[in-house]
Amino acid sequence: MLWVDKHRPKVLDHVMVHTEIAHNLKKLVKEEDCPHLLFYGPSGSGKKTLIMALLRQMFGPSAEKVKVENRTWKVDAGSRSLDLELTTLSSANHIEISPSDAGFQDRYVVQEVIKEMAKNRPIDTKGKKVFKVLVLNDVDKLSREAQHSLRRTMEKYSAYCRLILCCNSSSRVTEAIRSRCLNVRINAPTEEQIVEVLELIGKKEGLQLPPGFAARIAEKSNRNLRRAILSFETCRVQQYPFTSKQEISPMDWEEYISEIASDIMKEQSPKRLFQVRGKLYDLLINCIPPEIILKRLLRELLRKLDAELKHEVCHWAAYYEHRMRLGQKSIFHIEAFVAKFMSIYKSFLIATFG
Amino acid sequence: MAPIMQGSQQWVEKYRPKQVKDVAHQEEVVRVLTNTLDTGSCPHMLFYGPPGTGKTTTALAIAHQLFGPEHYKSRVLELNASDDRGINVVRTKIKNFAAVAVGARRKNEVYPCPSFKIIVLDEADSMTEDAQACLLCFSFLTFLVSKCSVFKPRAIAVQNALRRTMETYSKVTRFFFICNYVSRIIEPLASRCAKFRFKPLSEEIMNSRILYICKEEGLCLDAQALSTLSSISHGDLRRAITYLQSAARLFGSSISPENLVSVSGVVPEKVVEAVLQACRSGNFDIANKEVNNFIAEGYPASQMLIQLLEAIVEENDISDEQKARISKKLGEADKCLVDGADEYLQLLDVVSNTMQAFSNMPEGFAYES
Ligand SMILES: Nc1ncnc2c1ncn2[C@@H]1O[C@H](COP(=O)(O)OP(=O)(O)O)[C@@H](O)[C@H]1O
Ligand SMILES: Nc1ncnc2c1ncn2[C@@H]1O[C@H](COP(=O)(O)OP(=O)(O)O)[C@@H](O)[C@H]1O
Ligand SMILES: [Mg+2]
Ligand SMILES: [Mg+2]
Repeated sequence: MLWVDKHRPKVLDHVMVHTEIAHNLKKLVKEEDCPHLLFYGPSGSGKKTLIMALLRQMFGPSAEKVKVENRTWKVDAGSRSLDLELTTLSSANHIEISPSDAGFQDRYVVQEVIKEMAKNRPIDTKGKKVFKVLVLNDVDKLSREAQHSLRRTMEKYSAYCRLILCCNSSSRVTEAIRSRCLNVRINAPTEEQIVEVLELIGKKEGLQLPPGFAARIAEKSNRNLRRAILSFETCRVQQYPFTSKQEISPMDWEEYISEIASDIMKEQSPKRLFQVRGKLYDLLINCIPPEIILKRLLRELLRKLDAELKHEVCHWAAYYEHRMRLGQKSIFHIEAFVAKFMSIYKSFLIATFG
Repeated sequence: MAPIMQGSQQWVEKYRPKQVKDVAHQEEVVRVLTNTLDTGSCPHMLFYGPPGTGKTTTALAIAHQLFGPEHYKSRVLELNASDDRGINVVRTKIKNFAAVAVGARRKNEVYPCPSFKIIVLDEADSMTEDAQACLLCFSFLTFLVSKCSVFKPRAIAVQNALRRTMETYSKVTRFFFICNYVSRIIEPLASRCAKFRFKPLSEEIMNSRILYICKEEGLCLDAQALSTLSSISHGDLRRAITYLQSAARLFGSSISPENLVSVSGVVPEKVVEAVLQACRSGNFDIANKEVNNFIAEGYPASQMLIQLLEAIVEENDISDEQKARISKKLGEADKCLVDGADEYLQLLDVVSNTMQAFSNMPEGFAYES
């Protein structure tokens, strides 16, 4: 088992970073009535960990006895019927799904599948109907339509069903949904907090950490706890005992993007653009999300640029990322950004050095 | 450990008025519907207005009061955006519902039970135009028939056919359309309904509802917290109640203004100020760092744009031109966010633009070809 899973705190009492939130969630369970919950915050900040611990607080150890199923729903979509395939993770009292996995059919997941789940109450061993929780992941990726559909479901079945929604970007969740939830913001842990977690994991694994070692990993993690733990484990695999000079290697794809950035800075020409396209394809084929590529590329370019150009370049990054959302082929838009950059940078060089 | 939270209830539902007369601040609709309770007659209705002002509450209350628990299921059909409302589904669902004849009113019936059925179309503005057009056919056959009578002989067959359909469906149904924006409802539908605009609740009304709930739940809310609550909920009582319950459950029975802000997703003042300060610094890297930090803290960028606008409008040290330039960019970024654009990139663009405006750098870009 990877360390990120092995050392994930299981109960609210053991949560390290968001201790205050964990404490509040415990109170919430004790009070016995709670609104729907919306957890939001950057990736790797600890949302899933808190949700799992919260379920355990609500339902006891049985919440951890989950089964994973691939289920198919037949949905009547007016003129034709559709087969929706979704992976569910469920225990006696809760079901977890990622409705956005259904892509453009996500509306039917909300209208048919989620409503069905919300309506049916599980029955405990004594034949009593019990309370149920639906965990919906990535709600920020749901279409507007699907989000609209969720509104009234949230009100109608609220007597015995609670939703726990989870997302990265709460701006993409409609106001209508946000106003029906208790909003729980999960901020990314600070570097000091990450160091604490790493040191605890080191202790549990019986490892000796040279001074400053955990701090260096934390510094490179961009405040992403998952990422910090992953690279800590990678270091362990690469070399143990640790040395104080041991390199914390960046992810392969990040190195690759920093290469691309150097390529672009060195030469601005159609030929170079063509080469860069090949490399961008490599990244996309390896499933690096296009907006992550664009943001990383911007970051690398900004590091190398004159202050004068930074405003202009960051504007075009935002412009092409927006276009990418509206379009379908992300490669076009990343490439357009690169071309734009080349043209701006070249005029800058000519204006400055003739 | 036994599963808990059996009695769990959302306050929004718990404190939803059950009777029309308890709906606050919407006098006109309450007057018309009270009359309906007396006379048993009722036009098609269109309720529109911002969220959390009592539209759904009013429709459900009148339906319950007219028919009581026993007949509710057979007489009231509630369709909302959580149902598939494509044209086919609307057609069959409504047909099946409306086709079952209404039984005669029993002698000892305590509820008014008028001889029609009610179809509530909640969140009607998210229905497709096709489906809305289809509804037209059901609800307004009466109208069509009356028009047809001017078409003389050729239309007689049509008239008869229509009349038969009309007799089975339309005479016995009343539609309640509910939406936020009346402009999203096709005109022929809207023009055939009695329209009621639901006003945002005034601070006074909000406060009195909130204080009532506080009393029932044994909470303590001081004047400052009360005014914070009303300013962050913008006349939306649902929001106010949800925030109140959230804060009560997280922070206990004595609630401070900060508690309310933290459950609402509103960005704290000092965070907004830090971003503005970075803009004033004139240093791109400082601003970039601040934006990175903002995103890592998990605040919603869309909310930040709203609060930046408020702050910019109130700035004393900059000219109207500068304000306009910044506001324009805020609007553009907001639209991009609605389209699903990346929060970091949009906010960075806004901050970079604001910085340029603050230092009166020329608009447009120097090296764009
Ligand atoms: N509060 C915490 N204390 C200690 N470790 C944590 C905590 N929260 C998260 N982690 C670790 O960080 C990893 C990533 O957290 P996760 O909850 O999956 O993030 P998110 O859902 O926000 O992407 C987890 O696998 C876990 O090992
Ligand atoms: N005019 C009102 N009078 C009393 N309570 C109201 C009023 N408007 C809203 N509420 C409260 O807010 C909640 C949401 O109201 P609802 O009718 O569902 O709003 P919408 O207008 O969005 O349909 C209700 O549960 C109720 O407690
Ligand atoms: Mg996650
Ligand atoms: Mg409503």
